[in-house]
Amino acid sequence: MTLQRDSLSGIPVPSRTDYAALVREDRVHRTLYTDPAVFAEEMVKVFGGRSWVYLAHESQLPEPNSFLSVRMGLRPVIVTRDRKGSLHAVFNRCSHRAATLCREESGVAKSFQCPYHGWTFRNTGELVGTPWPQGYGEDFDRAEHGLHKVARVESYRGFVFGTLNESAPSVVDWLGPAAGWLDYWIDRAPQGEIVVRSAANRMGYRGNWKLAYDNAGDGYHPAFSHRSLLEMASRMGTSKDMAYFGVSPDEGLMRTYMLGNGHSVIDQRPNYDGPGSFWANQRPQPGRERFEEKIRAEHGDDADRLLDLAIGSQINLNIFPNLLIIGNQVQVIEPLGVERTQLTWHATTVGGVPSEVNTMRMRTQEDFPSFGEPDDQANFEEVQRGLAAPEAEWVLMNRGLGVPGWQEVGPDGVVSSRATDELHMRRYYAAWQEMMSEDTTR
Amino acid sequence: MSSPLPAEYADTSSWSYHIDQRYYDELARQCALLREDWPSAGTDEIVRVQSFLTREARLIDEGRFNDWLEHFTDDCLYWVPVTAGGGDPTTEVSHAFDDRRRLTDRVYWLRTGLAFSQIPASRTRRVIGNVETTVDPATGEQLVRSNVVVHEFRAGVTKTYPGWYGHVLRKTEGGWRIKLKQINLLDSDQIHENLTLVF
Repeated sequence: MTLQRDSLSGIPVPSRTDYAALVREDRVHRTLYTDPAVFAEEMVKVFGGRSWVYLAHESQLPEPNSFLSVRMGLRPVIVTRDRKGSLHAVFNRCSHRAATLCREESGVAKSFQCPYHGWTFRNTGELVGTPWPQGYGEDFDRAEHGLHKVARVESYRGFVFGTLNESAPSVVDWLGPAAGWLDYWIDRAPQGEIVVRSAANRMGYRGNWKLAYDNAGDGYHPAFSHRSLLEMASRMGTSKDMAYFGVSPDEGLMRTYMLGNGHSVIDQRPNYDGPGSFWANQRPQPGRERFEEKIRAEHGDDADRLLDLAIGSQINLNIFPNLLIIGNQVQVIEPLGVERTQLTWHATTVGGVPSEVNTMRMRTQEDFPSFGEPDDQANFEEVQRGLAAPEAEWVLMNRGLGVPGWQEVGPDGVVSSRATDELHMRRYYAAWQEMMSEDTTR
Repeated sequence: MSSPLPAEYADTSSWSYHIDQRYYDELARQCALLREDWPSAGTDEIVRVQSFLTREARLIDEGRFNDWLEHFTDDCLYWVPVTAGGGDPTTEVSHAFDDRRRLTDRVYWLRTGLAFSQIPASRTRRVIGNVETTVDPATGEQLVRSNVVVHEFRAGVTKTYPGWYGHVLRKTEGGWRIKLKQINLLDSDQIHENLTLVF
């Protein structure tokens, strides 16, 4: 296919519907990161139109009638539990004149009253009251004016997703093999009890949201983007967590796995050897020495397991389009504009462990947001600046493409490759293109 | 420090044996004190702490981070909470919760010349005012709180960070040293771009 060209400058102009011309086997077009029209279409089609989107974790909605304000793409959404505990998600948008109803980040409410004209809605969306109803005609039917609902809301073991697509597959089917990786992450916690109520680093960068998703499955960049972190870790002489990215990351057993629907995972665990190894290789956190002494003294044979629980999972699991599981954090990609993104790093605690383990988790979870992620985001912003050059049209994602011996198909049908293969980008862009090319006009 | 450290852990820029539950309890106690009403301090006392804060601010704004580090005690904490009001660091993450070792790491990291989030480096200037001070009756340490506005310019963008400082200063032979510096950003729990500047 050919691109349309601007008649004056000759500069290629993307045809908005011809995404096949913009996503090629080995490259994608710069406008996917810069064009406000592409972004507007993504916010409809990728963030909830057809796909499932991560909304919240159930632990953020701890009791009946809990609510949490989130975004689904750019749509303001309230995730709620009803009085029986079932999950719902409604647009935070009064059906009367569009004002947001709920202006709190979280809390408990059976109903929401619009601060503008007082329309009142149940936390499941039904309109229950309009002030001075005699002002409406006899044909006014409250049942027609409930809040717009997210068509389906489903939880996979605490992870709550929503879609506007009534006929979407179930979340577990859509997660596919990614569910097993999420199980590993959840089951590190005794009884699988994950709690997402430990504050969040809300980090913003001036760049497109996909730069974060590109990077999340990228085993090529750490040796360079994170040189400062790796250098800092060597201040006291020993090589630590992530140092293996710096030396031939394509050797050894660390691999990237393609999980379908744009999901992928990098498994760093083969760089570690047995219980206690995560702990032993972590860059030092405040209080580390006393904590280890206490845990070893009080927990004997179980100490290595508890120490490792204070450290990240050593997998980077990417669930398209907006959920990234990294370390012990639940990271959410929140697009704000074509060139502006919020990356929210929700810290987690786990149930069933001594409280010191969770305190040490806090200190571990402060490490990468302080000394790793800012360098990533600086590079995202510099990519966005580089993308401003219209004549340099393409962003490459061809590392590993056609290289003999890199990609393998596992017994479960999952394709894997070496850690620096850009297969993650090629696969998720295929899913992206399919969503974006769907004709949703009626 | 509450009790002498084992000799092998004495160097707190390399080891962090001293941070235990008692450390967190003492932190909570002093943070609560930093939020109480205090009697008015004398002019001399205010001028002395103000002069200390001004000097500390200048060291940061001039990027003299090694000199700045020398103004901290061995058991210091440089703390930028996420949760408005400070929250509970035993169950919540912070923007920075730096003991002596991690603060030394932070300064080392800034000076690697490889931290792309600080290439180019932040230029900062800060203004400190509304200084109040009193003495912690339990430890004799000087408690100081002040309002601050940090202006930052980096990579073509100018930003402003308003908030307040809580300092706990300990008298030593070489003058005051910072045992605690708590930086309470007005919008600590909201979106921030590139918080790698030093507060």
